[in-house]
Amino acid sequence: MIYREAGQFKVSYQEDQETFPIRFDKVAFWLSIFIVAAVIPFFVNDYWEKSVFLPFFIYSIAAIGLNILTGYCGQVSLGTGGFMAVGAYTSYKLMTSFPGLDMFIVIVGSGLMTAAVGMLFGIPSLRIKGFYLAVATLAAQFFLVWLFNKWEWTYNYSATGQITAPQRDFLGIVVTGAYSKPWATYLFCFAFLFVFAWLARNLVRGHIGRSWMAIRDMDIAAEIIGVNPLKAKLSAFAISSFYIGIAGGLYFSVWLGAAEPTEAFSIDKSFDVLFMIIIGGLGSMIGSIIGAAFIVLLPVFFKTTLVGILGWPTDIAEFSQIILIGSLIIFFLIKEPHGIAALWRTLKEKLRLWPFPY
Amino acid sequence: MFLLDPFFWEVVISGLLAGVMYALVALGFVLIFKASGIFNFAQGVLALFAALTLVGFQTGQVPFAHLLEAVLGIHYSHWGEGMSTVIALILSLCVMIGLAWLVVKVVLKPLVNQEGIILFMATIGLAFVLEGVGDLMWGANVKRLDVGLPEGPSDLLLDYTGMFIEKLEISAAVVAIILVILLMLFSQYTKMGRALRAVADDHQAALSVGISLETIWWVVWSISGLVALVAGVMWGAKSGVQFSLSLIALKALPVLMLGGFTSIPGAIIGGLMIGVGEKVFEFYIGPMIGGATENWFAYMLALVFLLFRPQGLFGEKIIERV
Amino acid sequence: MKKVTLAAMSAIMISSAVPAAAELVFPLLSYRTGAYAPNGIPIADGFTDYLTLINERDGGIGGEKIKILECETAYNTEKGVECYESTKGEGSLVYWPLSTGITYQLIPKVTADNIPLHTMGYGRTSAANGKIFSHVFNFPGTYWDAASIITKHMMDVEGGSLKGKKIALVHHNSAYGKEPIRTFEVLAEKHGFEFITLPVDHPGQEQKSTWLQVRKEKPDFVTMWGWGVMNQVAIKEAASIRFPMDRFIGVWWSSNEGDVLPAGDKASGYKAIALHNTGTDFEIYKDLDKHVISKGLAAGAGDHVGEVLYNRGFMQAALLVEAARNAQKIHGTSNITPAMMRDGMESLKIDQARWAEMGLANYAPDINVTCENHGGPGIGFIQQWDYGTKKWNIVSDFIAADRSVVDPLIVADSAAYAAENNISERCN
Repeated sequence: MIYREAGQFKVSYQEDQETFPIRFDKVAFWLSIFIVAAVIPFFVNDYWEKSVFLPFFIYSIAAIGLNILTGYCGQVSLGTGGFMAVGAYTSYKLMTSFPGLDMFIVIVGSGLMTAAVGMLFGIPSLRIKGFYLAVATLAAQFFLVWLFNKWEWTYNYSATGQITAPQRDFLGIVVTGAYSKPWATYLFCFAFLFVFAWLARNLVRGHIGRSWMAIRDMDIAAEIIGVNPLKAKLSAFAISSFYIGIAGGLYFSVWLGAAEPTEAFSIDKSFDVLFMIIIGGLGSMIGSIIGAAFIVLLPVFFKTTLVGILGWPTDIAEFSQIILIGSLIIFFLIKEPHGIAALWRTLKEKLRLWPFPY
Repeated sequence: MFLLDPFFWEVVISGLLAGVMYALVALGFVLIFKASGIFNFAQGVLALFAALTLVGFQTGQVPFAHLLEAVLGIHYSHWGEGMSTVIALILSLCVMIGLAWLVVKVVLKPLVNQEGIILFMATIGLAFVLEGVGDLMWGANVKRLDVGLPEGPSDLLLDYTGMFIEKLEISAAVVAIILVILLMLFSQYTKMGRALRAVADDHQAALSVGISLETIWWVVWSISGLVALVAGVMWGAKSGVQFSLSLIALKALPVLMLGGFTSIPGAIIGGLMIGVGEKVFEFYIGPMIGGATENWFAYMLALVFLLFRPQGLFGEKIIERV
Repeated sequence: MKKVTLAAMSAIMISSAVPAAAELVFPLLSYRTGAYAPNGIPIADGFTDYLTLINERDGGIGGEKIKILECETAYNTEKGVECYESTKGEGSLVYWPLSTGITYQLIPKVTADNIPLHTMGYGRTSAANGKIFSHVFNFPGTYWDAASIITKHMMDVEGGSLKGKKIALVHHNSAYGKEPIRTFEVLAEKHGFEFITLPVDHPGQEQKSTWLQVRKEKPDFVTMWGWGVMNQVAIKEAASIRFPMDRFIGVWWSSNEGDVLPAGDKASGYKAIALHNTGTDFEIYKDLDKHVISKGLAAGAGDHVGEVLYNRGFMQAALLVEAARNAQKIHGTSNITPAMMRDGMESLKIDQARWAEMGLANYAPDINVTCENHGGPGIGFIQQWDYGTKKWNIVSDFIAADRSVVDPLIVADSAAYAAENNISERCN
């Protein structure tokens, strides 16, 4: 009943390529963007900012980044944590070396630096394929974390190697440090997510995105029809790392405010982001965001329910939560192996026909 | 000359022994990957679960004691003195076989014919569940695992060569060798073994000659449950049984990358190479660049080999056609 | 999917945000799960049991009942932030996150939120400088004190001089483990010993090459900054290369029963620096038996009573309760706020007479916190493991840290922090 439409009335290419071909979806999308961007900032408090929205936005950016590489270009990567560390440390160095620099430039700078590093570790992908490629990104993961733990210049020679984000602003509004207002950091991260998700959506349906997908589906065939694998793979590595670098910069400077390489950017981070895109749906923008919501928000939700409402002991709640999340992953995979985004698509198809599915 | 350095040979030998320990974990991955094309993320947690179960039986712990206490208010942490190691080992093995059956029925059967990455994700879900259940069942304390293996440096070797070689690791190597020989014999000379190899070669062809995939998977998961138990015992004897045991899977990753996912000899030789390589590098080059290089060096080593042989040392040659 | 989750969550948040009655809220950011759970559980149990005892025996502090808000961090910084944000609105008086990573994150936040942070023997050492760090306390001792105390003990063993000796530091390769390096370097220069570091990556199950390095370098002493499984493996490896255990000295976080037990009798003789006394041979444990354990109120499984880390949690709670009492005295009200709690901590004084009154005679050194000095006395002693009796024995008197080494380092590091964050000195 929600979707009322019949037949194909698209007359132009542009209409056919629309992200939201159904009017209802488009309205719902812009309405929710309006709520997120213009209503929630008035109500958001420290708790919602720090434990719900910022992690959700930042992991969404990272998941979109990894999805570009893994979902669209088919290159499995387990180096997300290491690349996020590059973003975080670049933003730290930029913030402390140039105190007057605007945060926007700092974050984009971290993205660019990470893109360069990502491209470097992407070079082996020209020869190694499939699961085996994971070794190159794993080498990046462990090497980068080791490097940031050892190279004293990167953490300004502090005694421990722990980095702390000083107070910096974006166009005069404080967005890092303990005195930043929840709405400011909220909008700052949301703006990054919105702009770069939009950009990514348009990248993947353009020329470059199609060359990635050609490589993913069969690289030799793609090469024969004239896709340059060098260009396609390295650009996927670069752009994916750019996104992950931005996520890393925001993760350290805006969200946590302090980090050390071994804990904050460990291999677990790489796995988490990979889980997000597989659960959400490989090769799907909305999938990356749903996946991030699944992995980031669900534990918080379960914890609040089990400990806060039911009053369970914290350890039993934590174990039960792990079991629940694990079972949910298996359940969703059995129901729809191609991720929650595919489930959503099927649901939509059904809704379009409902209540007369013939 | 470094060959005459008294430490060089000791580094090499302890690298070899460490390599055996890595290979032991990698073996579990290879078995499952060969038979079903699944990269089993849960292998490390499986080892932890097996070791926890073993210690639980050995010391007579009541499963879910903490949960029972919180929910029902009953305080029973032990049901008795425990049982002898042999019986505990057999019972743990039964638990692992039962677990394998459950995994096949609940997780794998509904996911037949899916892509590798989907099955990989399903094993991640499995890893989460097992991690939670294992801790909930047996508690999160460090437990001492004693199965009567000898410990301490071997006096014989110490007297003759001046090397400190841990007896525990020698026994681990012996056990690993026996395990591999048994596995080889099993897959070469038994009917079930032949069926296993048939499935590994070609799922559909195997199905068409009447081999039950489900049974085969059950057997394979049981065997890797056994391997997990052995790995859990060896690593657990080293460091006590606790959550960190599940992280040994990370040590097996470069071994798999180097040796190839589909080759048992590959896992062994890959393990040995990684073990020796990282130890020698850490020992001689490590101090110059700040140490703690083992983690990334293992991957760099694997990476260099892969650049020359993209399918792993013993992996099947990749033939690509359009 | 997303909207449903958020809607459900907002319902939960609203229902749980009902303000509590006048109670003293002590948040407990514990870790009973994850790789470091074996260390986190006894500490959380000890802390909870002490506060339960105060509630049961005395009816709370100054007539106000204590409420514990436990939150699971799994030693993970992201979960730590979530825990902090979700508990700070409930009137939480003081935080002690028990993780170096979470501590570094909370330092700017607690200062902005005006809530004190107590990192007992961990966290950022230079926070001992109260002139810069107004809301952070790390009495009774810091890692740099520990480094100095351990060095002094080595000197005692060697008969006064460490000249020409070699000391190796086996450390957790993280902010926590790297913290004492600089102090050891300064000490090495001062006392003329050679200092080498041997980092071990998380989690630390495989330390073969580290201990081969020890055999090659033949240090006279090994000291260790370890946590989690790293401790057990290191002690086992040390025993296995027959390193003399009484020359192997751990920091206070490498000193639990669980760390030495897996190595069996070969771990006998292993030493560690202690912040407090060991065992249960104190008056207060009789009360604990009567009011808490026999009533079935013990926290967790109740199987850690008297362990070193249990006592650590016990002492943590004792110090915070004393600070709360002090705050009540200063401000003349029993219902204190976090800001008052901070004042209570800043002027906390516990002498031996008071320790005895608390039923903890000879438990810990005198505590004396001032506006300038948040690091307390910087005194520790050495404990030694005996597998035969399964007991840690105290084998030294109180040893004071070498202030001439530690203080300049604290001033330098805190000045760097102040410059980075535009903080001006207080207490002048």
